[in-house]
Amino acid sequence: QAKYKERGTVLAEDQLAQMSKQLDMFKTNLEEFASKHKQEIRKNPKFRVQFQDMCATIGVDPLASGKGFWSEMLGVGDFYYELGVQIIEVCLALKHRNGGLITLEELHQQVLKGRGKFAQDVSQDDLLRAIKKLKVLGNGFGIIPVGGTYLIQSVPAELNMDHTVVLQLAEKKGYVTVSEIKTSLKWETERAKQVLEHLLKEGMAWLDTQAAGEPQYWLPALFTELYSQEITPEEAKEAIP
Amino acid sequence: MDRFAWTTGLLELGETLVIQQRGVRLYDGEEKGTFDSGVLLLSTHRLIWRDQKNHECCIAIPLSQVVFIEEQAAGIGKSAKIVVHLHPVSLNKEPGPFQSSKYSYIKLSFKEHGQIEFYRRLSEEMTQRRWETMPAGQTIQVNKDPQAGRVRAAGIVGIERKLEEKRKETDKNISEAFEDLSKLMEKAKEMVELSKSIANKIKEKQGDITEDETIRFKSYLLSMGIANPVTRETYGSGTQYHMQLAKQLAGILQTPLEERGGIMSLTEVYCLVNRARGLELLSPEDLVNACKMLESLKLPLRLRRFDSGVMVIELQSHNEEEMVASALETVSEKGSLTADEFAKLVGMSVLLAKERLLLAEKMGHLCRDDSVEGLRFYPNLFLTQG
Repeated sequence: QAKYKERGTVLAEDQLAQMSKQLDMFKTNLEEFASKHKQEIRKNPKFRVQFQDMCATIGVDPLASGKGFWSEMLGVGDFYYELGVQIIEVCLALKHRNGGLITLEELHQQVLKGRGKFAQDVSQDDLLRAIKKLKVLGNGFGIIPVGGTYLIQSVPAELNMDHTVVLQLAEKKGYVTVSEIKTSLKWETERAKQVLEHLLKEGMAWLDTQAAGEPQYWLPALFTELYSQEITPEEAKEAIP
Repeated sequence: MDRFAWTTGLLELGETLVIQQRGVRLYDGEEKGTFDSGVLLLSTHRLIWRDQKNHECCIAIPLSQVVFIEEQAAGIGKSAKIVVHLHPVSLNKEPGPFQSSKYSYIKLSFKEHGQIEFYRRLSEEMTQRRWETMPAGQTIQVNKDPQAGRVRAAGIVGIERKLEEKRKETDKNISEAFEDLSKLMEKAKEMVELSKSIANKIKEKQGDITEDETIRFKSYLLSMGIANPVTRETYGSGTQYHMQLAKQLAGILQTPLEERGGIMSLTEVYCLVNRARGLELLSPEDLVNACKMLESLKLPLRLRRFDSGVMVIELQSHNEEEMVASALETVSEKGSLTADEFAKLVGMSVLLAKERLLLAEKMGHLCRDDSVEGLRFYPNLFLTQG
């Protein structure tokens, strides 16, 4: 088996051996870091954000696998994966009310309620990171920026740019009308109606035909935010398979 | 607590809600009182607290009354708190629950969490001071007392000094952690570069790299959390870890699948498996990567992806196309069904019920009636009575 080395090029096998060594060293460094700062990551959400951002910058995903060093030694994995389960359960329980759209605020409130008194507090940033990981499961998880916050989608309904932009418009008052869409976005009636009908069909919007003036399209995801309702026992049962 | 005034709790014109949190207890300085379970609301102008049991009991304090705030970490048996230091009582304050208080601060105790976000938002509002530029209704009194300034200088110095010391200590801890983190990241970065180089070489087939070595490489990437750059390799997806996991899943999921008609969505599987594990949970990607290997490992389960993107695990013995035939019967019996109705009848999740009906439609057995009242499926009479 002739291995020929060209001048200046290192073979893949050699680099692999080098990587193996570096990996062992890295593992030791990470263990040391964990012994000093594991609590910091657990208790300090700002530090968690910094940690995640730095990983992203260098091209490392500490949440990719529960078997990864980061997860095993810093314990970040379990924190986010468990949060993922809680997010799925809340979204499933409330889906029939809001069509699979919920504000980040309401999701945050409901998740905190479900976690109980003795669990660790979570920030909205934590929720967003957990949700980004859930996308790969194919259930239609998505994050839609509206106003100063986000709507979280948890059903495989198609929401394109048109739908998103109308959701953003509706965010201010919790509802939107065809006229408002035409004025703000300069669309024709037909286009506005198509988008609104799609949202109605998906159960994400409700129609109020008795409003003064013209019909109003309300988004339950938005107007329940101010009156955080309890999840009923029936709804909770729906969430647990 | 004597800075609070009774209020209706309704927001004024020009006042906006920023964040709210339930399960908050109010302390007058160090003393607990009767305000032990309420919803705390932060608006652009005020902090409002409403009793959860008695909605009539609602008190508020203008943000202009706040000097500064600090966080108090949770402890064993103790909830996280925010300490709010206040200016002396305004002479023109509306009536409230306390006539006097020996404390110049209150504490907000977050018994049901939420302290992190609330503190963040409250800090923002204290920085932006929107109540100064956004005129609101008459009932929000703003602290215009000229005496307040002088009194502030006297009592606050000691507190500020203490805060400064605490800040320095925290900063030192954070900067040490941050420094250590930066050093760690430098090393991680080297590994990322190295892995890119190796991946390129594998792609261009430089040198003699065996299948075993490729598998080893993938496990290194997994440990570091580096995305696998060799996307189109033909050695089969995943690593040893995922293979083992796939076999474990086949064991764990057999019974649950049988109990659920042979099919479960991947999100259901994720929740089921992780709740059972309790510790050392699977990441969503771990689950997907393991499930991708089910078929090639000839296990009795398989991963299936519907057109909508929804992914399910099915028993090999499960035949969705046969289930479609029985679905058609059910729909015919009832005349027509929506996904919700079908789900209730058959005892399936709405998500999977909808996928089955869509598949039946794709196979030509059902027709849809898509209106604003919902998506309803009918037997396809064009086919049978064509």
